[in-house]
Amino acid sequence: MNTPIISFEKVNKWYGNDFHVLRDIDLSVAKGERIVICGPSGSGKSTLIRCINRLEEHQQGRLVVDGIELSDDVKAIDTVRKQVGMVFQQFNLFPHLTVLENLTLSPMWVGKLPKKEAEERAMAQLERVRIAEQAAKYPLQLSGGQQQRVAIARALCLTPKIMLFDEPTSALDPEMIKEVLDVMIELANQGITMLCVTHEMGFAKAVADRVIFMDQGQIVEQNTPDQFFNHPQTDRAQDFLSKILGH
Amino acid sequence: MAARVFQSIAARPAPVRTGGLMGWLRGNLFADVRTTVSTLIIGGLLLWYLPQLFNWAVWTAYWLPDAQACHPVEVGACWGVVAEKYRLIIFGRYPFEEQWRPLVATVLMMTLLVVSCVRLFWKPWLAGLWVLGLGLFFWLMLGGMGLSRVETDRWGGLPLTLLLATLSIAMAFPLALLVALGRRSELPAIRTLCTLYVELIRGVPLISVLFMASFMFPLFMPQGTKIDVLIRVLAGITLFAAAYMAEVIRGGLQAIPKGQVEAAASLGLSYWQTQRKIVLPQALAMVVPGIMNNFIAIFKDTSLVTIVSLYELTGALGLALNSDADWRPYKIEGYVFIALIYFAFCFAMSRYSLWVEREVNKGRQR
Repeated sequence: MNTPIISFEKVNKWYGNDFHVLRDIDLSVAKGERIVICGPSGSGKSTLIRCINRLEEHQQGRLVVDGIELSDDVKAIDTVRKQVGMVFQQFNLFPHLTVLENLTLSPMWVGKLPKKEAEERAMAQLERVRIAEQAAKYPLQLSGGQQQRVAIARALCLTPKIMLFDEPTSALDPEMIKEVLDVMIELANQGITMLCVTHEMGFAKAVADRVIFMDQGQIVEQNTPDQFFNHPQTDRAQDFLSKILGH
Repeated sequence: MAARVFQSIAARPAPVRTGGLMGWLRGNLFADVRTTVSTLIIGGLLLWYLPQLFNWAVWTAYWLPDAQACHPVEVGACWGVVAEKYRLIIFGRYPFEEQWRPLVATVLMMTLLVVSCVRLFWKPWLAGLWVLGLGLFFWLMLGGMGLSRVETDRWGGLPLTLLLATLSIAMAFPLALLVALGRRSELPAIRTLCTLYVELIRGVPLISVLFMASFMFPLFMPQGTKIDVLIRVLAGITLFAAAYMAEVIRGGLQAIPKGQVEAAASLGLSYWQTQRKIVLPQALAMVVPGIMNNFIAIFKDTSLVTIVSLYELTGALGLALNSDADWRPYKIEGYVFIALIYFAFCFAMSRYSLWVEREVNKGRQR
């Protein structure tokens, strides 16, 4: 097997003194792999993926992303962040900038692209998420589903090697979940490395190479979607699945 | 069974508000017993008071600059005082024959201010225009290069008010930004320093800051170094205003959701890029009314520099009337005159801030 693009080795993290949120995490992600992370709330799923672009700092263990070890070294963090796109539950678009400006911001200021090139790249990504006609609008003038697709396009403008999704459909109205998942499925089929925290089991079955189940800061179980959903190995996973699939 | 075809009801315009003047009166002034009673009381007071004011200010007022004609008790306002003293009020102790210079300087400064308010001119060259404009202003006021020299302690009236207000606002704003960011810094030394600064300045009245700047500060300076009183006073007002403004801006910073900073970080933006492109534009947009409050307060606080013998507009009025026994009784008219000048500037600032508010909140409109 090739060297993994992301590898966690005995990673630990605490919030404050007594909340041990990540416990001895060992995980390696191959290039192009699509991973879905699920588990009950408070199990550390979001924290795990937020460590990958250092929105959260881990306190023990080694975390290597694309050959760079994450530490206090600001240069290393900057380099990693250029390789990692992130999509948030609450979209986190910049409300004072138009859709197009949201997308060109990082390419122009971080990537030092000329404005014209940045805009071309932005329009191409907006086409990709099928929302190019909204480029001149402000985020709050769009529906939730449209905003999340813009957020995906914004992350893609970095031309990242890795995409992180932190519950991308949890804040959406039911009618809008599909349009976002469709975009994510397309993306998954194009070979980008994806880590996605979600409870959308249909999405997991359709695209994931591996499902990771977390509870209380640990990786409890990992398997192919088929095996995980049909033959969960631990009682904890069985219990969790019976709750989310129970009705 | 075929599904029933859903027919949506076409959108209709909202009903037009009806009622005209009578409807408005009934709705707003005589809606129930309480509003009716308060309308009658306030209306009665206005009816009783306004005619007296009109009588004093217009009907029985005397308009010509003749102090003797104003003496009889039945004469109301004596507006002649303005015609007689306006040059002293507007230009203070500036040498009389040279007063075209502060006049040109004032017009220049006001033009610069108006130009700076127009969005079309928000270009890099505007900064150059300011450097040039201020250079001209100081040359006209101070003299040299062909003009006779006039020291800063002779400056006064409106040009001094405008200069103090403009420069202290222009310097206080960036300082306030830095202090507001500093108070939220992750570095304890910077945070403590900024907090200390804000608390110290807010703990003392502006008058005492001006006193310190003007009288105490020179005592600590090495013998022979002399900093112009104007500069010391400017520094005092700037430091004072920035402390308050920093707190207003900090309020805006705290209202920015954490997700905005996280999104910027995930896109690779540095701390300063995040502040400049993401946090400050949104935070400042939220606190436009508060900041404009500060600006207006600074404009009027410049009147306190009189106590350190700089005779800006308010001080110049005192100077103009106190020295003349004939006109001394007509201070009220003089104060009304400068009140109108202050009001014109402050009202313009307040209207402008409404426009700025609309402009910066465009993304929030549906």
